[in-house]
Amino acid sequence: MSSRQNPEPMTIEEGCKLIDAAVTKLTRIIEGKPEPPFASHEYIGNYTIVYNMCIQKPPYDLSGQLYEKYGAIFQDYDKDTILPSIMEKHDEYMLRELSRWSDINKIMVRWLSHFFYYLDRYYIARSGNSSLTVVGMTCFRDHVYEKVHFNVKQVVIALIHKEREGQQIDRALLKNVLDLFVQNGMGNMERYEKDFEDFFLTETNSYYSRKASRWIQEDSCPEYMIKAEESLKKEKERVSHYLHSDTEPKLLKNVQTNLLVLVAKQLLEKENSGCSALLRDDKTDDLSRMYRLYHEIPEGLEPVAVAFRLHVTAEGNSLIKQAEDAATSGIVEEQVLVRKIIDLHDKYMAYVTDCFQNHTLFHKALKEAFEIFCNKKVAGSSSAEMLATFCDNLFKKAANDKSNDDSTIESTIDNVVKLLDYISDKDLFAEFYRKKLARRLLFGRFSDDHERSILTKLKGQFGGQFTSKMEGMVTDMQLGKDQQTGFEEYFKNTNTGKPKGVDFTVTVLTTGFWPSYKTSDLNLPLEMVNCIESFKAHYEIKTKHRRLMWIYSLGNCNLTGRFDAKPIELIVSTYQAAVLCAFNNTERLTYQELIDQLNLGHEDLVRVLHSLSCAKYKFLKKEPASKTISKTDSFEFNSKFTDKMRRIKVPLPPVDDRKKVVEDVDKDRRYAIDASLVRIMKSRKVLPHQQLVSECVEQLSRMFKPDIKMIKKRIEDLISRDYLERDTENPSTFKYVA
Amino acid sequence: MRRSAASSKKKSDSITSSTTDLFRSASSKATTKEMDRIDHLFNQYANTSSNLIDPEGIEELCSNLEVPHTDIRILMLAWKMKSEKQGYFTQEEWRRGLKALRADTLNKLKKALPELEKEVRRQTNFADFYAYAFRYCLTEEKQKSIDIETICQLLEIVMGSTFRPQVDYFVEYLKIQNDYKVINMDQWMGFYRFCNEISFPEMTEYNPELAWPLVLDNFVEWIREKQA
Repeated sequence: MSSRQNPEPMTIEEGCKLIDAAVTKLTRIIEGKPEPPFASHEYIGNYTIVYNMCIQKPPYDLSGQLYEKYGAIFQDYDKDTILPSIMEKHDEYMLRELSRWSDINKIMVRWLSHFFYYLDRYYIARSGNSSLTVVGMTCFRDHVYEKVHFNVKQVVIALIHKEREGQQIDRALLKNVLDLFVQNGMGNMERYEKDFEDFFLTETNSYYSRKASRWIQEDSCPEYMIKAEESLKKEKERVSHYLHSDTEPKLLKNVQTNLLVLVAKQLLEKENSGCSALLRDDKTDDLSRMYRLYHEIPEGLEPVAVAFRLHVTAEGNSLIKQAEDAATSGIVEEQVLVRKIIDLHDKYMAYVTDCFQNHTLFHKALKEAFEIFCNKKVAGSSSAEMLATFCDNLFKKAANDKSNDDSTIESTIDNVVKLLDYISDKDLFAEFYRKKLARRLLFGRFSDDHERSILTKLKGQFGGQFTSKMEGMVTDMQLGKDQQTGFEEYFKNTNTGKPKGVDFTVTVLTTGFWPSYKTSDLNLPLEMVNCIESFKAHYEIKTKHRRLMWIYSLGNCNLTGRFDAKPIELIVSTYQAAVLCAFNNTERLTYQELIDQLNLGHEDLVRVLHSLSCAKYKFLKKEPASKTISKTDSFEFNSKFTDKMRRIKVPLPPVDDRKKVVEDVDKDRRYAIDASLVRIMKSRKVLPHQQLVSECVEQLSRMFKPDIKMIKKRIEDLISRDYLERDTENPSTFKYVA
Repeated sequence: MRRSAASSKKKSDSITSSTTDLFRSASSKATTKEMDRIDHLFNQYANTSSNLIDPEGIEELCSNLEVPHTDIRILMLAWKMKSEKQGYFTQEEWRRGLKALRADTLNKLKKALPELEKEVRRQTNFADFYAYAFRYCLTEEKQKSIDIETICQLLEIVMGSTFRPQVDYFVEYLKIQNDYKVINMDQWMGFYRFCNEISFPEMTEYNPELAWPLVLDNFVEWIREKQA
């Protein structure tokens, strides 16, 4: 109503009496007891009582006492009414009571704040005391919450346990109760964390620890993972239903640690169902699950990647062993082995891209695994050599069999390039490849497209320097064709010294691109000499300042053998042709005579004679007719020879030059190491030994893995050649000598 | 400080010459006298046509000093002289060495040897001496390495008394290995560091990944195999 005009101020006792009456009414209403609601004049009246008492002139200004009264109302209510009601209940019922009384308290705070509003506006503002709302809530916290939270927490945790074990619980209730914990923190999460969350996490920890121990014993790896995935899902749901969102990361970490981290080794190494078995049996779903589960955990994927690497390494090693066992008399079936390794790579790369989401850890694990077994020797052949031989056979076959599908060749080439990446002796591969490429190019068994394709891919992967020589070789063949046309033109036009009835083709090779071949001073038959001379004349006209070096060991020749029965065309190497033509003039020649006449080395002559007299086709008769050539043998043209074929190709088995290739590569490596060391020291000027070594290894790693001892030796060599010197004060440091 | 009779005749107007002058001239006289004796000693052993003490002369010197020809002390003497050519002492080198030793007679030279040895064996000097010993054996122009046989002898002389076991083992190894036919200065100095820094025969501190010369890596490996 209107402010009191009565000059008599109200005392606190009088005021409290009125207030108490209002409070009683209020509590009855909000406790749900039958009580008519406040009429608006009663509402205003209550407000006014407080207002009047506040504006009274001192000493009757009762703001302070009213503030106290306000606090006392709550205290009494909490202590006398709320707390006992809650305490007499148990379990879920207690929770409900708490929830109910908390709501009631909130309403009470709201209503009484309205009644006492005037205090809020002036007294509290002036005095700096807590607001009415804060007082009300703090009272509840101190006199109710503090007394019951322990028991409440016990009940909550018990209910959660029930839910974990599969039973239904009242989630909404739990949400309310846990909200209370949060609210009673009065602005921070301390109450929630200390009074509930810590206990909850401890309980969770032991719960999942027990589960993990049981499951790991009873279940297979896939079964376990499904259960783990399910548990994590359920716990996440739990958070969304009634836990505070802050709890989520801590909870999940807890569960993951127990279910996944602590048992990782046991789980992954489970016999018959662990990582190894899953990989072997193509269980992509389970592997994907494994990835998903461990991906969440920091550094969780490491053990999985390790298991992956070990498995792939074991598979690779067993392939190597199989090949080793199957290798008879030192000959490895590299076709089979390389194909198997390629297939292995495809299989496990698929796992990396699909199940393991292309994660770098798994790419790395795959790479490391392949690097281990791809660098093993099989029956004396290095992997570099085997891969080069594989390519050789691939291209030779492809050149002959045009029906071969180009795309399979291309994809095989891609695989070869990938495998080469794992081989550390790349320079050794290049050298073997070059030698075999030379043979392919010179004996006409190649397809220009395929050769260029692989070279392009190798260049893309390993740089231009790797393939420059080989590209030069292929280009030489191209140019050779044009040159040959020019050569033939020359004959047509000049008609001088044209080799009589001999078709003659020359391929000019650029030294440096091609492997080095030894020359020999073979005495050719006259017809061949004429050919050589005429080409020389032509070439000298065309180019100046170029020297031709004739490599007869690489040539081949078509001869007609006029045997008694019928003439047969013989396709032989130049050396063999030279030997055979020697019999054009004499029926019979001894070994020594052949040596003298032809000027061939013993090793070569033995090989050639063997191929012509002791092998499948005996064009020459040997006396004595033993299986090997000796220096006392003599030979005769075997006019009685015949065969159903009209054309016979007589291969000359190539000399095993594996040793030479390895030697050549070693020599190149020494130069490369020297160059690298000098380069490094030139730019760094001063460098400690270990750093120099490691930088050198790093620089050269693209082509090969240098032996530390070899590096040391090269350093010493450079010191003695005055490129480097040892620091006199610090003998483990080197200085560049300008 | 008596003026000699001869000089008093010459210096008629030097009544005012100071005692320091006298002292100086006397001591320089003494110095020249010392140098004369040193030269005199030189001439006793030098080859008159080349004016050098040649190997023959050195042998005689050694026998007079009662020191074996291959003794380390002769090498030390050469070091003191900073002698450049093995087997020969020039007059300048001779003067340098004997003056530094303050020895102008054979007897004094003999007496100076133990002191010289002590001086050389001082840690600060020995490394220098050790390197000198190597250079001294480089007889050809532009020669950088010394053959194994000579190295073995040199090691014996220079290090035999102080590092007996290391020298014995290393010499044995050098004789049976095939990787190296000569040893260069770097490897030579490496061995010195090896003897000083690595306990023998345990060699626990030795790490082949460090900057030790490769020959020592192989040496250590060889010993380890023997010990196994």
